[in-house]
Amino acid sequence: MTTLLSRNSANRVIPGFGLSLGFTIFYLALLVLIPLSAIFLKTFTMSWDAFVSAVTSPRVMASYRLSFGAALIGAAINVVFGGIVAWVLVRYQFPGKRFVDALVDLPFALPTAVAGITLTSLYSSNGWIGKHLEPLGIKVAFTPLGVVIALTFIGLPFVVRTVQPVLEDAERELEEAAASLGASPWQTFTRVILPSVVPALLTGFALAFARATGEYGSVIFIAGNMPMISEITPLFIITKLEQYDYTGATAIAVVMLLVSFLLLLAINLLQAWARKRAGK
Amino acid sequence: MSAVLDNRLKDKAAALANAPRKATNTLEPAWVRYALIAVALVFLTLFLFVPLVAVFTEALKKGWDTYKEAVIDPDALSAIRLTFIAAGIAVPLNLVFGVAAAWTIAKFDFPGKSILLSLIDLPFSVSPVIAGLIYVLLFGSQGWFGPWLMDHDIKILFAVPGIVLATIFVTFPFVARELIPLMQAQGSEEEEAALVLGASGWKTFFKVTLPNIKWGLLYGVILCNARAMGEFGAVSVVSGHIRGETNTMPLQVEILYNEYNFTAAFAIASLLALLALVTLAVKTFIEWRMHQAQKASVQHHTTEH
Repeated sequence: MTTLLSRNSANRVIPGFGLSLGFTIFYLALLVLIPLSAIFLKTFTMSWDAFVSAVTSPRVMASYRLSFGAALIGAAINVVFGGIVAWVLVRYQFPGKRFVDALVDLPFALPTAVAGITLTSLYSSNGWIGKHLEPLGIKVAFTPLGVVIALTFIGLPFVVRTVQPVLEDAERELEEAAASLGASPWQTFTRVILPSVVPALLTGFALAFARATGEYGSVIFIAGNMPMISEITPLFIITKLEQYDYTGATAIAVVMLLVSFLLLLAINLLQAWARKRAGK
Repeated sequence: MSAVLDNRLKDKAAALANAPRKATNTLEPAWVRYALIAVALVFLTLFLFVPLVAVFTEALKKGWDTYKEAVIDPDALSAIRLTFIAAGIAVPLNLVFGVAAAWTIAKFDFPGKSILLSLIDLPFSVSPVIAGLIYVLLFGSQGWFGPWLMDHDIKILFAVPGIVLATIFVTFPFVARELIPLMQAQGSEEEEAALVLGASGWKTFFKVTLPNIKWGLLYGVILCNARAMGEFGAVSVVSGHIRGETNTMPLQVEILYNEYNFTAAFAIASLLALLALVTLAVKTFIEWRMHQAQKASVQHHTTEH
């Protein structure tokens, strides 16, 4: 009853609803919704056949395979190592832990162009890392492998930062109970710990994947950008723009936007599932 | 992205505040523990620490004088100026929007609220290249407003206004995303009390709400600023790459790098990397402050009852 009362009075007492809602919608429409709608309206000027041939040409298909494939591999690498990093940061004490914890967000804070040129110089044949890989016959810079490295870097914080709070909230008592009932550490891990973090791992994976599919700045330096081999989809949109093929660029952009919206939906469903699992 | 960050901020603060259990008696054997720590540290060293060190090493490779020359080059200075102008316009605008949106969503109930929330998040899921493309479609010579703008001799695309617009778009949700959960958690009781006691709406906002949200606000602003100053893809599409005129710092890095002027490219890049480090330091400090505040309020509540 008190909540009912305070909610009613809140709506009466707190001022500024019209002003703040009006401004929010105005600003949102002006800067996001109207500009974004331009993409879809531009596409409607194309015939269906022209649209299909623009978004399924062999060169675009190769770019989808690279963009989505490398994003998938990068996100998978981050699930494994990001999961371990989150675990280590929550459960163990070691010198320099606070510094390491803060450093995890570096890919969010470091401009993508800086990440791009730095990774390229590290992994090129005379770079700090590249010169050790070259004798082994592994070429990273200017190959699709370079794209994977850049997308792994970009997606790194997502898995760590979604798994970390879940592990912090995890009830240690359950693990202790499992152990005292005779479970081996491996059984405790697979039967108790893993099920509780799976939703967070999947959410982190989807977030890292979504970010990686649209990524541009950190990739173009290291990719080599060869059509059919190491050309990502965002770069292909830019190439189309430089050829003044605005409709072609827009058609591919629509495909990417639709994929992003689907991913966004998947992420929201995953988060709802994770909340339900956590019993919040 | 920011949703992750603010959830984490909240959860972390909550976990730290109400969990004094620092039980280090883990169940797994010691060798597993050390192996996991080693794997995590090697991975982070390879992917984060080495690149960070490499930026500064490459920048200072040819000595301090070359570095200084690269930074005070007129084109570099003009890029730095433009970066500050773009962030200086985009961040305050998104700050005002963020506060208005958070006020609307946290203080009132209305139909369509969850749709509004998802729409605010939308720019995060759009590729930066597409964020640039939409302004080309609107203001380019073949765009909706292109011919009209040409007739009136107004330049938006390949000029500063286009860069500002693209920057606003990509940094749009940052402040709102930090403030909405924070203001929702704080509720409206304090504001109601102030209003009942006769304070005006604006006075209530500045004297009651603002002090309560200041750390969250600052958190959103520094993240927004870091992205605004570092944005590359979206700005690259709308900039036109005119040296000394429409190049921001990240675009200047690209141009120098593509000219094989690596030392100069890394010199500008090192300034951006410094910005990233400052951002991380401030962010860590704010997380620590919020955790302190949370702990204080938890203690306050427990002594009260």
